[in-house]
Formats: sequence, structure tokens, C-alpha cells
Amino acid sequence: MSKTNLTRRGVLKSGAVAGAGVALPTIFTASSAAAYTNEPTGSTVTLGFNVPQTGPYADEGADELRAYQLAVEHLNGGGDGGMLNTFSSKELKGNGILGKKVEFVTGDTQTKSDAARASAKSMIEKDGAIMITGGSSSGVAVAVQGLCQEAGVIFMAGLTHSNDTTGKDKKANGFRHFFNAYMSGAALAPVLAKAYGTDRKAYHLTADYTWGWTQEESIVAATEALGWQTVNTVKTPLAQTDFSSYIAPVLNSGADVLVLNHYGGNMVNSLTNAVQFGLREKIVNGKQFEIVVPLYSRLMARGAGENVKGIMGTTNWHWSLQDEGSKAFVKSFGTKYGFPPSQAAHTTYCQTLLYADAAQRAGTFNPCGIAEALEGFDFDGLGNGATTYRAADHQCFKDVLVVRGKENPTSEFDLLEIVEITPRGQVEYAADHPMFAGGALGTCNPGA
Amino acid sequence: MLGLNKKDTTLLLVVAILTLCAPFILNPFPEGSALAQFNAGYPDLMQRFVIFGIFAIGFNILFGLTGYLSFGHAAFLGVGSYSAVWMFKLLSMNVIPAIILSMIVSGLFAVVIGFVSLRRSGIYFSILTLAFAQMSFNLAYSVLTPITNGETGLQLTLNDPRILGMSATADGSIPVTSLFGLEMRSTYQMEVGAWLFQFNAGYYLCAAIMLLAFYLAIRIFRSPFGMMLRAVKSNQQRMRYTGLNPRPYTLAAFVISGMYAGLAGGLMASMDPLAGAERMQWTASGEVVLMTILGGAGTLIGPVLGAGFIKYFENIFSKINDNVLHSWFSFLPDGLEDFIVTIVHPFIGKGWHLTLGILFMLVVIFLPGGLVEGGQRIARLFRGKKTANTSKTKTEPAE
Repeated sequence: MSKTNLTRRGVLKSGAVAGAGVALPTIFTASSAAAYTNEPTGSTVTLGFNVPQTGPYADEGADELRAYQLAVEHLNGGGDGGMLNTFSSKELKGNGILGKKVEFVTGDTQTKSDAARASAKSMIEKDGAIMITGGSSSGVAVAVQGLCQEAGVIFMAGLTHSNDTTGKDKKANGFRHFFNAYMSGAALAPVLAKAYGTDRKAYHLTADYTWGWTQEESIVAATEALGWQTVNTVKTPLAQTDFSSYIAPVLNSGADVLVLNHYGGNMVNSLTNAVQFGLREKIVNGKQFEIVVPLYSRLMARGAGENVKGIMGTTNWHWSLQDEGSKAFVKSFGTKYGFPPSQAAHTTYCQTLLYADAAQRAGTFNPCGIAEALEGFDFDGLGNGATTYRAADHQCFKDVLVVRGKENPTSEFDLLEIVEITPRGQVEYAADHPMFAGGALGTCNPGA
Repeated sequence: MLGLNKKDTTLLLVVAILTLCAPFILNPFPEGSALAQFNAGYPDLMQRFVIFGIFAIGFNILFGLTGYLSFGHAAFLGVGSYSAVWMFKLLSMNVIPAIILSMIVSGLFAVVIGFVSLRRSGIYFSILTLAFAQMSFNLAYSVLTPITNGETGLQLTLNDPRILGMSATADGSIPVTSLFGLEMRSTYQMEVGAWLFQFNAGYYLCAAIMLLAFYLAIRIFRSPFGMMLRAVKSNQQRMRYTGLNPRPYTLAAFVISGMYAGLAGGLMASMDPLAGAERMQWTASGEVVLMTILGGAGTLIGPVLGAGFIKYFENIFSKINDNVLHSWFSFLPDGLEDFIVTIVHPFIGKGWHLTLGILFMLVVIFLPGGLVEGGQRIARLFRGKKTANTSKTKTEPAE
């Protein structure tokens, strides 16, 4: 049996508690007075540098971080100014951004989407970062880009080569300066056709994940358009370290070109295996057997050592370029760290400058204002010649370098030689190209 | 209270108060001070604390009670996340259906894996679960890409149907996860002097569910069923001779534990609608083992402490860089400052694994019962010898 004592005071009390309980959720939805997420109110502005410091791409991450620190130094008026002096836009005066001193926080993505998002979130929620940049793999870049869109900050992608970053996973708050798999194919195919002939039979080994697939698709399309045949495409697990079992069938397939759609440690191992199997000495169909690595990086070339000699591929930028911007960047990077920068360092340095410049031109840190300033922005002097940030998909369009492993390297950094600088017109595509279809930018989100 | 004895009620109340006041407790340093680096009171990390707390509590029901060391528990976490995100894509952005589905799917998954793996015990069981988890990881990473979106991880898009909700909000962005309209990301910020405290709706939902999960775990620990599980751990042979079949008990424990993991996965996706394959990798499975052992296997509160400890290191220590160090030691003469920064450098930033590894070794060597044992030792110091014998009862390891 239960006994109820209904008193006036008791009813009032419980009523008040219940009312407070019902009203509680409304205090959570009260938004603060800021016009956009993490509006900087003091004399400083915080940028978030989210790079892999551990895991397979730690080397690239370390180089990206060096470039970010250099960029911050230059923005705050330190050092020799680097590419600020050659940049076609002269808004940045070396007194920070919009008069606010630039500060930064760093985080470790571990090359995992989850860890990268956790790190980016802590930068936004705890450190008040107004912009997130970095990434050395497309999966991470796409994941962090999605997060930044939700949180209402700008994402300036680092090294990400998959078509999806500005294709089906594009976001209004995300921008990419790096080139993509389609551009690699469009730039590389004519050079390959010229060097190896138009009646080649290609065999693809592809890392079995999103980036590998988009690259394979792009290269197959570009080479077949020039008359090549594709004998077979084989997917290899990402964790694979020994590719011998994948190389052996290549010999019996009748193919005379092997395309390795691998990156990082994968590429180092598969290329080493292929060269050890003596593929490059083989004569198939009366032609010299060739190996192609569509996406090259100097850090990878160093890992593969001797084996890269004579192997063709593409790259976003190389330190041996002789334009004013590249020379200025290599000089200030070299003075500070004692060796030339990689393409990952270059793209992240450029992204930081481009963001700062856009904020300066827009006169605000509001992501929507910055996005507007970046969309359709034409610039020069950042090492890639005349470049445009296309408004339709937030992808940069610029010249692409076709490179080859050097036969007689003079130093451990001098591993690649430039075969051709493919002009921008040749690698451009429509924003609704089938390889990039399926996504939508959405609208810019300022958060808050 | 609630069918608990006095000790357990106190423990539950203490945990409840700690979780509810976490925004204060975790933000002890004022904004802008040099020590603010160590503040952990921001929504994302607090959510992670309680979500991984749930994960570890569930793992402990299996490992702490039956002694079966599953090395593939992350698979259930991953399956839970994927189911939740699919629910957001297809049904609506309400978190309740997502969480329920994630528990059901991971439960079914656990029945299948448990049915096969539990035919063996000891190291063979661990290897079997590890094999299943790696299999799930590889499937999610590449083969099942249409379902899991592979390496990139499953994300929401503007084209998702969301039958009971809307595909896109009026201003053209993806809707956010909510509990009947209360947005999970909405945060109330309270400024008290130099301090800034953040009260996040999502965190409080997770905290409430964690308390529920914790309460359930206490009931399981104290129930006859829990006693059977302990019997499995102490001597399975003898249990069989007395005419009891241990397999239904172990399978039940395995499924419960898998559903806890699924719940954690579903919550993770509810707080941040993304499901990545790395969540299933063997390192993630190893992490929950570390959490449980670090905190104290077989104790009630241990796994939660361990989870908090590891997540704290992962998120706070990894973000300290040389610049921060220089600002801390800037009061020292230049040469000495550089020297100290050089010494500390390997242990922070990308070296957080190293620091955590050293601490883990110290805990395992000097405090085999985990952090809980450390707490008990300190408590004993304070109370003196008189109560030394009684203070052990609170969180007694299973065996």
C-alpha cells in the first residue's frame, strides 16, 4: 500500500521542478552572440594544423608541419617573407591577418578518419581554431572536410589526390589546392604515348580503396583515349607489403606496361618488387617493358632508392622549378630547415597563404566571406604559374608536372627530373564531369 | 536503493555526480593560462570519455567476469557505428532509432561470432575473435565499399532519403543529429570569471546512457548470473563436472558485451555522424583491452577510469608541440630552455604513445590491479591501518 500526502506546497514544488526540467533543453539551444564559429575577438587568430605525425604518412606530415610554421612566420612578418614577395596578390603586409597575429595549434591525424576528426574537433571546440588545414590522405581529408562543413569553419585541404575530395564529397567550406587523379591522367597520358608509343598494353595494380580506384579510373580513361589497351586491373590490399604474388602474373599477361596506382609505403614496396623481378629488362611484344607510377612524391622516391630511375609519373610541384615563387620558397625553406621542401610542404604553405589573403581581401574571418573571396580567385607567383580556384567545385586549376626518376642524382633530394610542364588547359575538365559527379557543394556554413 | 547494496549505491552516486559535473571538473585551469592546455572539458573529449567508458564497461563484463579475452571487440563498435549512420541516412536524424538499431545489429553480430569463437578458450578464443575483427575491418575497408564507403568512411550527404526527416535543411545543409529536436551539438557556454564551462546536450545524453549502462553492469556483477560467469573464470572444468553447461553463460556474456560495444558505436555516430573502418582495426580492439587493464580488470569503475586516462593522453598530450613547450619554459635562460625542451620533446606531440606506454608499464608493474588499486592504496594511507581490511570490499576484482 502506498500513502500519498498531497499538499499545496508539495504540488507547487514538484510543479516547479517539472517546469524547470521541461525548460532545460531551451538553454542548450541558446546561441552565443558571435556571428560565426570561433570569431576571433582578441589580438590573435588561431589556425589548426592537422597533419599525420604518426602512421604511414608521418614523413609527409612532418614536412607539412614545417611548411605551416614557415608560413605563419612569414605572415607575422618574420623571416625573408618567402612567397609573400612573389604572390600576385599584395594584400598581406606581414602584420598577421587583418592586423591579428597568427597563432597555431597542431594535432595528429594518425591517418585515421576518426582520430583526425577528434583532433580537428578539439581544435575547434577547445582552441578556437578559425580554420583547419592539413591531411596526407584523401580519406582523412574528406572526413575532416565534412566535419568543418558541419562546424562552420574553413577547411584548406593538404595533400589529397582523390577525385572525390572536390568531386562527390565536395563541400562549400572546403578548398583544395593540390591536383587530382584526373589531372594526373590527363597530363601523363600524352607524355606516355609520346615516349612509349600508342599501341601499348597496360596492366594496373591498384591500392584497394577510394583513392586507388579513382586514380585507376582516371589513368585507364586517359590512356585508352590515346589507343592503349588495358589488359587487366588488379586490386591489392592496402596493408600488403610483399607484392611478388601480384607481379608474377604480369609477366604472363602479355602486358608491356605496368601501372602502379600505389602511394607511400605501398608504392615503395610494389616498385621494388617489380624491379627485382626484372620487369624493366624484359622485352614484351617486341617492346621494352615499362613501369609507370602516376602519383610521385620525392619522399617516396627516396624510399624506393635506385628503383625509381627512369620511371615516369606526375607531381604537383617540384623544388627544382625555376620560377620566382618556387625559388623564393625553396630558399626560405632551405635556410630554415637545411633541405628543400616536398610537394606536400608546398601545397600546405600555399593553402595557408591563400587563406590569409582571402581573409584580408574579404575583411573578415567569416567562412562565407572567405569562401566568396576564394571562389573564382585568379592568382600567380605561388610556384605553379597562373592558377584559378574554380567556384563550382573549389578545385585549383594549374599546370601539372610530369617527372621521371633521375638517372644520375647529385644528392639525396635531387631524385626527379621534370619531363614536361603540362599546361593547365590540357588538364581542365567540366565541373559536372562523370568522374566528379554525384555530390553537391551545398551552401557555406558560418556555424554559430 | 534500486536493488543495490549501500556500497554500490554510493559508487553509482559518485559516478553520477562526477559525470554530471564533468564540465567543471575537467576544466580546472582558467582560459588563456599556460595550463589551459591540460583542460579536457570540451564537448568532443567529454563525449569520448563516457562513450569509451561504456565500451570498456561492456568489455569488462566479458573479460573481467569470464576471463575470456576478446581481441576483436572493436568490430562490434564499428558495426554499431555503421548501423547508426545508415539509420541517419535512411530514416531520420533522431538518435533513438539509430542507437536501438546499432545495439540490435551488433548483438546479432555477436551471436554469430560468439557461437563460433566460444568453442575454444584461452589464446585460441582471442585469436579467433581477432581474426573475425580483422576480417570485418578488411571487408569494411574495401570489399563492402557500397555499404561502408571504404577508406573514406560512411558520411551523410545531401542526397540521402531520410524518410521521416528531411534530406537537407532550408538553407541547403545536412541536418544535424538530434533527440526529438534537441540538437546533439548544441552547447551552452557559461563564463565564470576567467573560466569557460561548456554544457553540451550530446554529452549529457551520453552521460545518462553511461550511467544506465553502469547501473546494469553493477546488477550483472551482483546477480547469480554474474556468479556463474565468475565460476566460468575460476574453473570451467569443475563447472562442467557439476552438470552445468558454461557455454550459454559465456555466449550470453559475449552478446551483452557486444551490445555494449554496439551501443558505444551508435553513440559515437550520433555525436559525430561518421563511421570509419579504422574503428574496427585490431589497434582499436587492443585499446579497449588496455583501458580495462589500466583501470583494473574485473572492477566496476576501473574500465571507465582507464578509458578516460587513455583518451586524455590521446587528445591532450598529442597536441602539445614545441611552441607550447617554449612558452612554458620561457622563464628559463635560453640555453637551459632549449635543453629542457629537447629532453621533453620525445614525450609529447607525436610521442604521446611513448608516454602512455611508459605509464602503462609502470601501472602494470607497480599496480597490477590497475588505477583502482592505486586509489585503494591512497585511501588506505589516509584512513590508517584501522580500516585497511574493510576498504577492499568496494571494488573487489573478480578473481
